[in-house]
Parts: sequence; C-alpha cells; structure tokens
Amino acid sequence: MDVGAAPRVQRKAVALLSGGLDSLLAARMMLDQGIHVEGINFFTGFCVEGHTHAVRKDRQRRVVRNNALHAASQLGIRLHIVDVIEEYKDIVLNPRHGYGAHLNPCLDCKGFMVGKAREWMETHGFDFIVTGEVLGQRPKSQRRDTFPVIARESGAFDRLLRPLSAQLLAPTLPEREGWVDRERLLKLSGRNRKPQIGMARAQGLDYAQPAGGCCFLTDANYARKLRDLWESRGDRRYDFDDIMLLKIGRHIRPRPHFKLIIGREEGENRFLEGYRHRFIHLFAADANGPIALLQGEAADEDLMLAAAITARFGQARHAESVRMTIVRPGADAQQRMVPPWPVDRFPREWYL
Amino acid sequence: MPHLDARHLLCPMPVIRVSEQLRDLAAGTVLTVACTDPGALYDIPAWCRLEGHEVMESRVEPSGEIVIVIKVHA
Ligand code: SF4
Repeated sequence: MDVGAAPRVQRKAVALLSGGLDSLLAARMMLDQGIHVEGINFFTGFCVEGHTHAVRKDRQRRVVRNNALHAASQLGIRLHIVDVIEEYKDIVLNPRHGYGAHLNPCLDCKGFMVGKAREWMETHGFDFIVTGEVLGQRPKSQRRDTFPVIARESGAFDRLLRPLSAQLLAPTLPEREGWVDRERLLKLSGRNRKPQIGMARAQGLDYAQPAGGCCFLTDANYARKLRDLWESRGDRRYDFDDIMLLKIGRHIRPRPHFKLIIGREEGENRFLEGYRHRFIHLFAADANGPIALLQGEAADEDLMLAAAITARFGQARHAESVRMTIVRPGADAQQRMVPPWPVDRFPREWYL
Repeated sequence: MPHLDARHLLCPMPVIRVSEQLRDLAAGTVLTVACTDPGALYDIPAWCRLEGHEVMESRVEPSGEIVIVIKVHA
C-alpha cells in the first residue's frame, strides 16, 4: 500500500439540467467517471414546463412533472432550481447577439445560464460545469465559433465541459488535470440524435422530448403575442404575470388600445379568475361561457364590444342577446344585454 | 407550524418556494405546503427525496387543493 499517497479528491461538477436528453446524458457520463454531480436548472418564466397542461383541465390526464426534476430523480442527484425571472429580462430585451428565428436570444441565454452556474460553482466550492451541448446541433448557439463565446462571456472559460462533443473540442481543465478521462468522453456533432437516443435506451433513461425547443421564445405564436404586448404598450417590458398570461387562453385584439384573454375551457377559466383583481373582466351572467380579461384601456363602447366578443365564445353564442357581467377592479359589477358577435363574421385578424 | 401558500403558482415555482423556505428551517421542523398545480403532487415529493427531506403526507382536498407535509431532514 502506498502510505504516502494523498487520498484522491472527489471532484465536483454542477450540471445544467434542462430536462432534455442531452443534459441528462452529459450528467450521467460524469457520474460514471466518479464525479460528484449536482444539477442546476434556471426558471426564466418562458420555460416549457407543462404550464398549459397544468392549467388545462382536459389535458390533466397526462403525467404532469418538471422535466429537470425527473432527470435528476433518475440520476439520483440533487437539483437546484433557481428563479432567474428578473435577471433574465435583460437577456430577452437586450440580447447582444440578437434573436434566433423568433424571440429566442439563444446565445445570450446560454452565456447567461452558464454564467449563473459559474457563480453557483464558485459559491459552493465546485470544480467545473457540465452542459449537454452538442456541436452543430443548434444553428445559433451550438456552433464551433459560438462555443468559445459562451465559455468566455459566462466567465467559465476552460472549466466548462461539454462531454457529448468534448473529443472534438480543445481539452478543458477537468480533462487536462485528469479529473475526467477524455478518452471516455464523446465526439458527437450535428443534428442527428440517434446516438443519444440509443444511449438513453441502453441505460434505461426516460426523458422529455419538447417539441421545438426548451422555451416559449422559440414559438412563433408566443413570440407574436409578446411583440404585440410590447407594441401595444409602446414599451418593451414585461412582468411575470404578462408572460404567464401569454401562455393561456385565446388572445384577441379588436382595437389597438385593448385586448381580451378568453378562457378556452374550465381550467383556463379558473386560472384567469385568479387575475380578476387586476383586470376588467367579463362573463355571461346566466349562461355557461368563458371568463375574459381585458388588458388595456376601455371606454364604454369598448366594453360593449368586449362583451359581445366574450358572448360569442359562450354557450349562448347563437342567442339574440346575452346578459353579460362586466367588472372593473374595485368597482361594482354592471350588467349589460348584448348581441353576441356573429360567429361567421368574426374577423380573423383580431386573433393574435 | 410553518405554512407555505403556493396556491396559484405553476411548476416549478412551488418547488422553488419550498426550497427557499426550507433553507431557513431547523432540522425536524414540519412545513405544510398548499398548492393548486397538480404537478406539485409529483414534483415536491420528488425534490424532497433527492434532498433527504421526509414527506409525511400528501393529499388532495375535495376542493382540488393539494396539501403536502414535509419534515426537514437532520
Ligand atoms: S431555446 Fe430558450 S431557453 Fe433554450 S437557449 Fe434558446 S432562449 Fe435559452
């Protein structure tokens, strides 16, 4: 026995876990090399995390769960979910590297998240950061020329390890120091996900397959609604409730100065009811139908129009007139009889 | 007994609020959490398991409200 040898220090890595397959595999590879791994996940408010499923009653039969947490559970590692809603605004509103196809500031976002992980690593005495990035997989952020940008702008530099593509990249500190064995890392590149799917299957790992991307900012409809919100306010800003409400209901803008958010089913109506104290809201007094929140300014004739539109989505849509309840926050409810807006003459351009 | 109102918060905010609150509580303290997001029924116990906290009870009230009782680990 080598009496003089110092005990081998177990190195610690913080792994960005999105809940998707790549980050799950990257963390798994580190565990397999004897690294102590803890997961970190950032909640920006735009994450696709089953919110619409959680809200919509008709979809509740699906298993609702947080994907990153599910990944951590399978790996048996701790997961730190961090609320970055406030700080993230600057990334969405002022991305240095611009947007992707929609309002997704992917390169800035990656730099921000790795930067937050770097801060966490330093505070908690960890040694390096692991991500599931794959060279060439995403056109904007996962390229040979953007990988160094993320490493530099996050301040992580060579403490940032991408195990899935590591053999195609310059050796990082954990590899050079022998904390991890570079030979056991991979050289995946491109958009083909078959190798990852095969690895997951071989290891019996279950993972989420978000369609399109990890956040709503990559979604064309969502981005259109967010742009509309900014235009209507004449100001590019948002708060948490704004971005949550963009995920829920039908959004209809019949006039430049106001829009309606109309529940599509019971779960959404219940969710929208939670905002009654903040917005003018409308619903049918004597018939089944949705609740509508009115965002913006509304004079009396606007309220009549809003009531007619809301009535059009209720059960009494074919009635001659419907009694609608209209409530301004802090004021008494008023009731008005209105003819529902004719179903066959509903202007398509009102839909956001 | 400490109580956390996480009603009307959607995933993963209930877990974030629970983790923030537990950070300040002494071992053995029992925290009762109320939520409305059905995902919390899976997520909060899953998170507690990874952290070593004990979930003493989780139930759904007739109103649909979810109640989870957690004992902070030593
Ligand atoms: S898709 Fe969204 S969360 Fe993912 S990197 Fe792009 S902006 Fe960030």
